Amino acid sequence: MTVPPELHYTAEHEWVAIHDSVALVGITDHAQRALGDVVFVSVPVTGSRVTAGEPCGEVESTKSVSDLYSPVDGEVTEVNPEIDDDPGLVNSDPYGAGWLFKVRLDDGGETPPGLLSAAEYTAITKDEE
Amino acid sequence: MTDSAGQPRRTPLTHVHEHLGAALTDFAGWLMPLRYGSETAEHNAVRTAAGMFDLSHMGEIAVTGPAAAAALDYALVGEPSALKPGKARYTMICAENGGVLDDLIAYRLADAEFLVVANAANTEVVIDALTERAAGFDASVTDRTSDYALIAVQGPRAAGILAPLTDANLAEVKYYASYPAKVAGKPVLLARTGYTGEDGFELFARPEDAESLWASLSVAGSGDGLIPAGLAARDTLRLEAGMPLYGNELGPDLTPYDAGLGRVVRLDKSSDFVGKAALAARAAAPAEHQLVGLVSQSRRVPRHGYGVLWNGELSGSVTSGAPSPTLGVPIAMAYVRPDVAAAAGTGAAAEAGGLEVDVRGRPEPATLVELPFYRRQA
Repeated sequence: MTVPPELHYTAEHEWVAIHDSVALVGITDHAQRALGDVVFVSVPVTGSRVTAGEPCGEVESTKSVSDLYSPVDGEVTEVNPEIDDDPGLVNSDPYGAGWLFKVRLDDGGETPPGLLSAAEYTAITKDEE
Repeated sequence: MTDSAGQPRRTPLTHVHEHLGAALTDFAGWLMPLRYGSETAEHNAVRTAAGMFDLSHMGEIAVTGPAAAAALDYALVGEPSALKPGKARYTMICAENGGVLDDLIAYRLADAEFLVVANAANTEVVIDALTERAAGFDASVTDRTSDYALIAVQGPRAAGILAPLTDANLAEVKYYASYPAKVAGKPVLLARTGYTGEDGFELFARPEDAESLWASLSVAGSGDGLIPAGLAARDTLRLEAGMPLYGNELGPDLTPYDAGLGRVVRLDKSSDFVGKAALAARAAAPAEHQLVGLVSQSRRVPRHGYGVLWNGELSGSVTSGAPSPTLGVPIAMAYVRPDVAAAAGTGAAAEAGGLEVDVRGRPEPATLVELPFYRRQA
């Protein structure tokens, strides 16, 4: 299971990369393994507002559907244009081509409190196994 | 069905699945492989090459004795007494009120010897019912589940993979026939049965031979694309093939007729049987609902319990749904009102749309189709 050390994480299994007040968001390797083959991702609409900890979409796999949560507060600036035609990118490259959406942060781009470090996230997932 | 410590039971092959890195799940009290890698790849392997399944969680019940056939004619809705030794039949066991207790395959091994294979979740119920119903007959009912491991090899290449390993002439093992044979040197009951819609075999083996058989089959099939396949693929394969799953399309509140499987009920057999009166009445009455196939026009998957809408009105409910790897879109089975099944099935009204599935609050358009969704090439 991969947990890139430079990213931040949530207990709902999203990862976040923050550059220049923009958060890039996806779901983790742990999440994609648990879900199985992803067949559809419902991402938030560009221009909509998202709130940290609130569901903003769905990730649907062969056997189940999970809520997609926003890890941060802000406005969605971009969604992955490839994800509609190729939802399997979430499985094959969850931290790269499988990214889901970008959010322009409120509050001047400080890393929001409440996000987990790689070590903290790794500890949570070990507990779940 | 768990052991005394409340843990799920392990099959003779669970350690093999662990070694292969399978995602395991508690299924009816058994620790089973859900998938080994990608369930879509496993499904596709069965359709194009071959897949291998551990089905050791299924229940095996021996019914033996001079009146075994008569006892089963009474206990089940079918007519096992009409089977020649070496033949098998898909059948059901129903309650007095016609509700389905389980769907089964009954194998006639000899004149006075039958093997009844039940779903893992219903094995105890079936054993109890068979024991009670056989009480008036010169026949014994014995739970032989722990005496068997069950490995299935399913797919168009299954026969080609198996042939060099067995003394049986596979061309003579017809569909729904069974045959004692040696496979890779191990004694098995070899049956040409399955739950995938493909050609394939089910090998009833001794538990102590399971690991060796699995390994031999893996090696034999490696050049033909044989891969292990888990319960997730098993479910999408049977769904595409239009086969019912107990707990979804069948249950104690449903009769074989509801699921479009009235053909398994032999009202005309000479013996009385449990549920006869209720099933005869049901056969004669107009249906309240009909099992149909749905092909989704959206990528969001209709799932168990979701409402089926006809022109905005709730008219049925989904029993099973999943993305179909073979069709490339989500498919589902659903019980709908018979008038809606007729209207949504063909003609101008169907063309105009109007059939939708309520997927978590959003209506998604669907098309009604006859089952099965997939039929193998002959």
